[in-house]
Amino acid sequence: MTIHADHSAPETAVDDSAADVRTKFGISVEDYMLPARHQIQMVNPDGTLRSQDEQGTEPGHEYPTPGDAELMAAYEQLVVGRRVNDQNSALVRQGRMAVYPSSHGQEACQVAAAMCLSEGDWLFPTYRDAVAVMTRGVDPVEVMTIFRGDWHGGYDPTEHKVGIQCTPLTTQLLHAVGVAHAAKLRGENTVVMAMCGDGATSEGDFHEALNFAAVFHLPVIFFVQNNKYAISVPLSHQSVAPSLAHKAVGYGMAGERVDGNDLVALLAVMDRAVKLARDGSGPLLIEAHTYRMQAHTNADDATRYRPDSEVAEWQAKDPLARMKSYLTDKGLLDAAASERITSHAEAVATQLREGLGEDVPVQPLDLFKYVFAKQTPQLKEQSELLASELARAESANGTDNSGTESAK
Amino acid sequence: MTVTTSANGTTTANVSAATASAAASAAATAEATGPQSLTMAKALNTAMADAMRNDPSVLVFGEDVGMLGGVFRITDGLMAEFGEQRCFDTPLAESGIVGMAVGMAINGMRPAIEMQFDAFAYPAFEQIVSHVAKMHNRTKGKLKMPMVIRVPYAGGIGGVEHHCDSSESYYAHTAGLKVYTPATVADGYRMLREAIDSDDPVMFMEPKKLYWSKDQVDLGALRAEHDAGTSTEGRAAVARPGTDATLIAYGPSVPTALAAAAAAAEEGRSLEVIDVRTLVPFDDETVCASVRKTGRAVVIAEAHGFASVSSEIVARVQERAFHYLAAPILRVTGFDVPFPSPKLEHYYLPSVDRILDAVDDLQWED
Ligand SMILES: Cc1ncc(C[n+]2csc(CCOP(=O)(O)OP(=O)(O)O)c2C)c(N)n1
Ligand SMILES: [Mg+2]
Repeated sequence: MTIHADHSAPETAVDDSAADVRTKFGISVEDYMLPARHQIQMVNPDGTLRSQDEQGTEPGHEYPTPGDAELMAAYEQLVVGRRVNDQNSALVRQGRMAVYPSSHGQEACQVAAAMCLSEGDWLFPTYRDAVAVMTRGVDPVEVMTIFRGDWHGGYDPTEHKVGIQCTPLTTQLLHAVGVAHAAKLRGENTVVMAMCGDGATSEGDFHEALNFAAVFHLPVIFFVQNNKYAISVPLSHQSVAPSLAHKAVGYGMAGERVDGNDLVALLAVMDRAVKLARDGSGPLLIEAHTYRMQAHTNADDATRYRPDSEVAEWQAKDPLARMKSYLTDKGLLDAAASERITSHAEAVATQLREGLGEDVPVQPLDLFKYVFAKQTPQLKEQSELLASELARAESANGTDNSGTESAK
Repeated sequence: MTVTTSANGTTTANVSAATASAAASAAATAEATGPQSLTMAKALNTAMADAMRNDPSVLVFGEDVGMLGGVFRITDGLMAEFGEQRCFDTPLAESGIVGMAVGMAINGMRPAIEMQFDAFAYPAFEQIVSHVAKMHNRTKGKLKMPMVIRVPYAGGIGGVEHHCDSSESYYAHTAGLKVYTPATVADGYRMLREAIDSDDPVMFMEPKKLYWSKDQVDLGALRAEHDAGTSTEGRAAVARPGTDATLIAYGPSVPTALAAAAAAAEEGRSLEVIDVRTLVPFDDETVCASVRKTGRAVVIAEAHGFASVSSEIVARVQERAFHYLAAPILRVTGFDVPFPSPKLEHYYLPSVDRILDAVDDLQWED
């Protein structure tokens, strides 16, 4: 199924893609591309399931409820993610981590973004998406190394097919497009999840990435976590579009918006998006409505730009409490399961605390080691200069652990 | 539903109280006369407020510069005092910010815009290099670009990736851009006022690690200096006089050079420290006069040494003062590696020891 717009020759274009969509969903191409009139929501904030009616299903926007096993596995990751977020914030307060942009409140998005993917797929995260990276299977200590300040990265992207956590906003979206394009050329059936925030949708690279993915008809899912703020700047300063999901249609792809604190709805929407993309729909854009419960990072003071009452409002929509009461009511989550999950989360937190608490020596000469695949004479010379400084310092201190100094 | 969040309508009590108190404190600083203890951050903030009071065409915009007052609080209180028409947050797009500033400058405004961090200015590079730097030239002076692009830059704050970059050489290398970088609190005020007054585009490079450095300054005297038209452009300062060798530094490296000179003095060596102040235009005269006097020089910069401002300085001085030199001019710069992570940063940055080593290498036995 190929969906494209051909403005020059609408009558003569071989528009079988549009025909496909019309047959598949019984709707027009525009209606397929436009998000539903409301955000997709399956579980109420109090944990009760919304009826099919309340879900307000529209043709082309029907979503089956995910299976029990998937829900339970996702819930477990949700609990782990929350524990890790709060653990890391504590480590920052204790000075054991340099910085941590917490996704507290956004964990449902984090979990869904990673869990909807298969092993061969790729994930392109931002600085805020550490929990998604962990959920994908990357070792938690390796994920957090960047925030401890040892090195500008800590994990091998190829091991779990997770790009580096990216800070220059939306630059990673184009990398996601490139990975998908290469996969297509190599005949691999790879779906790529490309993540960014609401504020980031204003950057030029966001628009270039969407257009490239659409024009090359690539299986990329652009996943925007709309947490309402870009540091201090509210969404109204970024966009006056009806929704961020509406941006999809301008590029010729389908958009959808979903309650980002409703893990059930998120899984349903993401699972379908992955399936569509894998089946050849081209790219999709999903906007999740959520909220950044804490400050942008520990360096930020959120009371300067948003009222406490607003934070309290979102506290009542917490993704964790909602999922817990939904699964309990459904009879899936009993005391024993709950305890097992909590102790798993504790184990991860302990692993992190111990892993990050260690005074791991940094290697100053590593500065020169990874600049190029093939070392240059100039860097060799500079490396020798630093080595001789270190040697002098060591002999002055009477120690001898060549090239290694304890982290300051 | 629309994307307009309820947050926008309800910027309530605690939020506006914060900005109001910031405005009040800005006003208090504005009124104070006589020497007072001021941070570089406050000096820059006061310079912008004064410029905005003086000239309604001066506008401040960027990311988080409004209600938040900037992530470093350099624009604190400006929105409260001058309103959202003159100090405002834009959508999050650096190319957009600079490109819009170009249009505003074409149409009678004097934008003084903020890039949030050095490494986040790169999306705007195209606008800066292709338009900001060239508009005057392409139009044979019919269009001027009276804008200031403020860039917090360089290291020393333990910043995570992309939050510490020494990007001055990219701009200095681009014909058509002036590049200022203050190293003292007073220069923060002086140079930002002059940059905003300038009809040329100025890349205003603010050393992050000096934002919270303090000094006794007399704002009244600085304002009088400004009103009298005193200029620092193209005028290096002798930050510490000396006779044996010259340390040439700018921005974040000036305090390091001064510390090295103080340490050298204890060992009986008298080092002169030059604070270059404006990289473009460069003050050949002051720098070369010092080197002719001392016969020896070390250039100090945090940026990578290769193809940089520091290499330019060495080239210019040896072209002009070759016969006065007792030793090759040496450099102490950042290594030619990507700016390191917080825990490795201090191995990379020029240090007092490294500077003293370089001074020792200036062939004193010859
Ligand atoms: C190109 C670029 N400009 C500016 C920044 C500084 N910055 C980091 S995060 C951020 C806000 C991003 O907001 P949003 O996209 O909504 O993501 P959130 O932080 O809310 O998850 C800004 C301005 C950056 N990282 N990259
Ligand atoms: Mg956001």
